[in-house]
Amino acid sequence: MNPKLSQIIAKICLGLAMLFTISILIFIIIYILFHGLPILTYQFLSSPIQEMGKKGGIFPSIVSTLYLVITSVVVATPLGVGTAVYITEYTKKNKITDIIQFGSDCLAGIPSIIYGLFGFTFFVIFLGMGWSILSGSLTLAIMMLPTIIRTSEQAIRSVPQSYRDVTYSLGGSKWQGIKNIVIPKALPGILTGVILSMGRALSETAALIFTAGMSIRTPTSIFSSGRSMAVHFYTLAREGLSLPMAYGTASVLIISILFINFISYILMNQYLKKYS
Amino acid sequence: MVKIKTVNLNLFYGSFKALSNINLDVKKNQITAFIGSSGCGKTSLLRCLNRMNDFIRGVKIEGEVLIDGKEIYKNVVDLTNLRRRIGMVFQRPNPFPLSIYDNVIYGPKVHGINHQENLMEITKKALSSVFLWRELKNKLNDSALDLSGEQQQRLCIARLLAVHAEVLLMDEPCSTLDPIATAKIEELIMELKKKYTIVIVSHNMQQAARVSDYTGFFLLGEMVEFGKTEKIFTAPKDKRTEDYITGKFG
Repeated sequence: MNPKLSQIIAKICLGLAMLFTISILIFIIIYILFHGLPILTYQFLSSPIQEMGKKGGIFPSIVSTLYLVITSVVVATPLGVGTAVYITEYTKKNKITDIIQFGSDCLAGIPSIIYGLFGFTFFVIFLGMGWSILSGSLTLAIMMLPTIIRTSEQAIRSVPQSYRDVTYSLGGSKWQGIKNIVIPKALPGILTGVILSMGRALSETAALIFTAGMSIRTPTSIFSSGRSMAVHFYTLAREGLSLPMAYGTASVLIISILFINFISYILMNQYLKKYS
Repeated sequence: MVKIKTVNLNLFYGSFKALSNINLDVKKNQITAFIGSSGCGKTSLLRCLNRMNDFIRGVKIEGEVLIDGKEIYKNVVDLTNLRRRIGMVFQRPNPFPLSIYDNVIYGPKVHGINHQENLMEITKKALSSVFLWRELKNKLNDSALDLSGEQQQRLCIARLLAVHAEVLLMDEPCSTLDPIATAKIEELIMELKKKYTIVIVSHNMQQAARVSDYTGFFLLGEMVEFGKTEKIFTAPKDKRTEDYITGKFG
């Protein structure tokens, strides 16, 4: 085949692949917003769930979701960033760090329902936390860890070695260098990872059904049971309670996720502008 | 007076011997230059003097390094204090991505000085010593990254002076600067010698000839010749030194 022709064919094929991908994404978003936006009223956002979701709003789910996402981020961020700092700054690359790395990558690929089962047996039953925001958040936190560790690690590794050397050459300790220079400099990258993993927490269902329960009441503390928006959507759609309400819930979810990704995109851009 | 002394110093990277039997006296308030082609061990030697090689994996150091007569490898040494006294200037100016002021006070803060007035006094003194105070005194809160390369390198030196360094180890401090900036930094180095002991690694023989009092010529991990700079450059004893400084190789 002559090179000119194969060039044209390749370009068309690649372009089609791109078009296909983008149109699926846009189709999903438009389809859900089309069905969901008419439902989205202040009433819908602020009313309790009535008749198992057939009537009323989704206020308890919004509160549960906020509780879950915030608590899981608060738990997962220090653990994940701490692990990443330890791996990058305090260990030399060897078999053990490779194993930690491998293990953490594997964790990222485990189906969420298995996390749910673990959370159920460990937090709900063994530790006696019951179905609660706390059990759910801890389970979510474990699921978020691999993403946070990976992205923090990359951000920390991208801080030039010379900054650490300078701290040493001024008589500073390793920890002073990490605390004063390395972490602040890696912060935008770390934040991007945290925000991305928030998206995962926001959209999680399987793991939460097992751990946070399905209560339709508004949670009053992290010890209450509560259903997140994603779980509520699942119930509405799966049990055929009310499709319009399901689309309404899905719209709120999608808008939140778009919002979160939008923020992370801006952060990423700022990060790249500043450090490259 | 001898500030730094090395005795039979050997350095290995794994099984590769990067420095072989270095015996060197660095005199106080003098400028000592290490010259030689790249990979000859001059930077490795420099990093031995404040134990910066400790961080490199697989490094083994034999022999002695004495600072003010005290061995720094065998005795239990306060590394923090050692590195504070023996400051280092790197090839590429590397101010932190902070303000000019925060760069200068970074060291003092690391050592627990927190009093605002003291910090301002330290900043003024350190920046004055590198002749930056007059141009920057009204811009202390600007980012250090907006300074020119030469100003950044001066700032990096000021950062060391702020923690009362006694020795300044300079690893090709002008290698990323243009000739005019280089001349200014060299002028500063010669000024600083009044108060500090300076060891400078240079790729540039003319630079070593211009600024230094003593010169060591390195080749493949060996210190071929060491002596007064004018001797090394006018009447070298070793054929290899002569070949290098006359540009036959390197």
